[in-house]
Amino acid sequence: MTELTNLTVAGIRDGFRNGDFTAREVAEGFIGQVEGARALNAFIIETPDHAIAAAEAADRGRAVGEFGALSGVPMGIKDLFCTEGYQTTAASHILEGFVPTYESTVTAKLFGAGAGMLGKLNMDQFAMGSSNETSAFGNVISPWRRNNGDGAALAPGGSSGGSSAAIAARLCPAATGTDTGGSIRQPAAFTGISGIKPTYGRCSRWGIVAFASSLDQAGPMARDVRDCAILLEVMTGFDPRDSTSLDLPVPNWQAALSGDLKGKRIGIPKEYRVDGMPPEIEALWQQGIAWMKDAGAEIVDVSLPHTKYALPAYYIIAPAEASSNLARYDGVRYGQRELPDGAGLQDMYAATRAAGFGDEVKRRIMIGTYVLSAGYYDAYYTQAQKVRALIARDFEQAWTKCDMLLTPTAPSAAFGLGEKQADPIAMYLNDVFTVPASLAGLPAMSVPAGLDSQGLPLGLQIIGKPLDEQGVLDAGLAIEERAGFTARAGKWW
Amino acid sequence: MSVDSATVRKIASLARIAVSDAEAEALAPELSKILGLVEQLSEVDTTGIAPLAAVVPNHLRLRDDVVTDGDIRDKILKNAPQAEHGFFAVPKVIE
Amino acid sequence: MSNYRIQGATGEWEVVIGLEVHAQITSNAKLFSGASTRFGNEPNANVSLVDAAMPGMLPVLNRECVRQAVRTGMAIDAQINKWSRFDRKNYFYADLPQGYQISQLYHPIVGEGSLLIDADEKAGIPEPKTIGVERIHIEQDAGKLMHDQHPTRSYVDLNRCGVALMEIVSRPDMSSPAEAGAYIRKLRSILRYVGSCDGNMEEGSMRADVNVSVRRAGEELGTRTETKNVNSVRFVMQAIEYEAGRQVDVLEAGGKIVQETRLFDPDKAVTRSMRSKEDAHDYRYFPDPDLLPLELEDSFLVDCRASLPELPDAKRARYRDALGISAYAADVITADVETARWFETLLAAGAEAKAGANWLTSELFGALNRLGRTISDCPVSPVQAAQLLALVADGTLSGSLAKQVFEIMLESGEDPAKIVDERGMKQTSDTGAIEAVIAGILAANADKVEQYKGGKEALFGFFVGQTMKAMAGKANPKVVNDLLKKALEA
Repeated sequence: MTELTNLTVAGIRDGFRNGDFTAREVAEGFIGQVEGARALNAFIIETPDHAIAAAEAADRGRAVGEFGALSGVPMGIKDLFCTEGYQTTAASHILEGFVPTYESTVTAKLFGAGAGMLGKLNMDQFAMGSSNETSAFGNVISPWRRNNGDGAALAPGGSSGGSSAAIAARLCPAATGTDTGGSIRQPAAFTGISGIKPTYGRCSRWGIVAFASSLDQAGPMARDVRDCAILLEVMTGFDPRDSTSLDLPVPNWQAALSGDLKGKRIGIPKEYRVDGMPPEIEALWQQGIAWMKDAGAEIVDVSLPHTKYALPAYYIIAPAEASSNLARYDGVRYGQRELPDGAGLQDMYAATRAAGFGDEVKRRIMIGTYVLSAGYYDAYYTQAQKVRALIARDFEQAWTKCDMLLTPTAPSAAFGLGEKQADPIAMYLNDVFTVPASLAGLPAMSVPAGLDSQGLPLGLQIIGKPLDEQGVLDAGLAIEERAGFTARAGKWW
Repeated sequence: MSVDSATVRKIASLARIAVSDAEAEALAPELSKILGLVEQLSEVDTTGIAPLAAVVPNHLRLRDDVVTDGDIRDKILKNAPQAEHGFFAVPKVIE
Repeated sequence: MSNYRIQGATGEWEVVIGLEVHAQITSNAKLFSGASTRFGNEPNANVSLVDAAMPGMLPVLNRECVRQAVRTGMAIDAQINKWSRFDRKNYFYADLPQGYQISQLYHPIVGEGSLLIDADEKAGIPEPKTIGVERIHIEQDAGKLMHDQHPTRSYVDLNRCGVALMEIVSRPDMSSPAEAGAYIRKLRSILRYVGSCDGNMEEGSMRADVNVSVRRAGEELGTRTETKNVNSVRFVMQAIEYEAGRQVDVLEAGGKIVQETRLFDPDKAVTRSMRSKEDAHDYRYFPDPDLLPLELEDSFLVDCRASLPELPDAKRARYRDALGISAYAADVITADVETARWFETLLAAGAEAKAGANWLTSELFGALNRLGRTISDCPVSPVQAAQLLALVADGTLSGSLAKQVFEIMLESGEDPAKIVDERGMKQTSDTGAIEAVIAGILAANADKVEQYKGGKEALFGFFVGQTMKAMAGKANPKVVNDLLKKALEA
């Protein structure tokens, strides 16, 4: 059944409709892949029963001519999405054993369209991290290895590292991700897959464990741009239960998908040329520019003058929101409780949270607590939100000159596990290209564009105007068509 | 701005995260480094700039005043570390 | 200016009082969730996943709560802020599942307004006084902890958690316990007129945080303390009295007032320090990123204003000036919206205003007091009462008969006409019948007739009494008088 597990979402969907195979065959194929790849530690729990049940329902549906948009397609679900009846932990010990009695809007839409769930994907704890090394359930190991034979375990990126690793290793054709400062795009780039973060408000946040509410957006991760469009149509849409949800119809992105960029102006922001960026990344960027021209686009130079302040603003706003969002993990209503002998309520909180949260989560909660605390609020938080307004304004001014921006997704290829762990700042710098679009709520995607000299994938990022997912997907497709990225990780697991 | 271990302990207490003295010592330089990163923002002139209020233009929708939820006590208590007689139970609070 | 002063050992002290009243907004569902606000349900029955702060749950604002806060603001002539926002107030407690309360610190929905407390000579309020209201904001209520059901555990009930509150913050404009009491009563009255809060302090629908400081006349404001969650007008007044006295004692002994949160003990009528909750007064407020700014449209504001009822001050003036009702009765009837509503139904059913007002403030209130009932569960409807008053007005019932009929109405709930009919309680003016009775009484009391005629005119009352008694109270007293005179002079 290995050929089935090489199919894309579109391939599975169409083959299933055509009667080339049953949904059950597809599900079993992927379940086998998942079981055979535990060395990657991509899943926190496997849920073959869910995938099989969805597949059987799809097969029954097909018998009477009923198809959902994703009938027969099994997926991986990032463990940040609450799934009814299946443990949801956000990769944190503090939520170990938590079994939601409700289904997140996004997963409900996916399952409603016929998709099945192969398992809950590992991730950085509470989506805080860029390498998947902050999970309480162990690191996810990228299926990719350097071509120098060193056998070093590499980071699959983060925070959606289980998602990226699982797709790259063909454990699932697609997965959900969430992106707060680059958590879909950076892991996609690290593992040679595609992923899109839609405009803030397109995907409902209801039922997704919150990290930083004003930044969090769900999005699909898959092998190619078309699959992203297919999934995005299912995942997005107005949800009255999320006050920040956009009350807009969902466009038919898939049908309108076109790699022809005639008449489009692609902006190249000069501030994204950062010191110390590897020449290979710079070269790839130039290659991307050439592809864009080849697809008919006009290239314009633009300036986003506040780019260098995006990361500092992000590291105030995201921790501030997180420090408050994570206050609910207190050992009272769900999750782990740590109750030392004779402890009072407040001691119980402190012990529960000390034992339940990982180091990076604690660091960010403390930074957030500090920047919001009396006397510092205006200097840090208010100033950060003002800078954020300036960053948004930079983009608005750029849109008077261009329709989209092309940048590298990350300043490096995948690094080795453990390499950056000692220095949080070095790790944070990995998000330097993805954070600005997050702060401005813009749609952005990463598509694989090539390999570096070590044989590791590199991605290019397209950032679009608010609500212009179509433009982003089209530009992504233009790159995909020209990059001809077919490399995949050799199986070692 | 650099924070010392006493400040770390104060923040940790506000955030209800128990830290040992050794942890506080270790966290102080880490947090100081991060604060050093974010302090670059002070050099940005934001005179006359309003803090960003909504990420994407959108307006707050209001819900009708209708009871649509509740009566799900079993679901509410299902994951509780300790639930008794329909309540969540916590160590006795002395007020 | 109130002349209330604390007489200290070293001289007189003024008291400065500000009140933060938390009023539960009347709504079916909670502020940010669809769970019911009903009082008295099973523990944790009125709880949604949002109220329990389950992971990934999000708030969605209830329009009615916004509407009621705006209408309340309009009722105290306050500035309505068309742009407001919700902030998170962060702290850890078992009755607060989110770890933060959604409130409005930086941009409240209602700004500066005021209300007028009435003069009350006896309470030391010589003339009406305007009390400033600094702001009204909307926020979530917390859940409830039970401490006495288990020896080592507290139990958490989240039924109240997320219920909408208005926090109505006064200026420190009150200077005596009586003024504070009058302010709360007036505020309660306005809230009940507007319909934004039922004002039920026993069920916790209204409670006050009481800020008190003392100073020597003309000096700067002193350091204040805040006594939390006081839940009756009387307790508010007691708390102020105690707290002001305590502060004077401390200051006169050379001590300093600590700015702190205190608790009122209603059994001993004292306040005491709550230092246990003092450790972390850093709430780290910031705008709630799960919610967008609240922007009110003009049409919404127009609807809010159009839906405001006549408010107590205006109503009272109208009763006095246009209806000619006594100042006392107008005060009493307009003080509570239910009474005013009852009274206006009475008038609509045909009762004359002055007679109606007098009857309501004497007969009806007397009866309700006796029965321990309120006007909202009065066994007699205003329409029935109007029928009763009509029977008096047209001479069918005498005053004393009306009282008897009313008693029966209270017991049976029956219409007065039916009672009069079935029990034959109609007053009679049938001169023939009355003359016959009079003739009999005069014949039976010939000696007294003699004495009367001899000049002992006080006996006239005796003859009236005998006649009425013989007619079981149903004779028209005026007719009896006339006929008796005629018979005695014959």
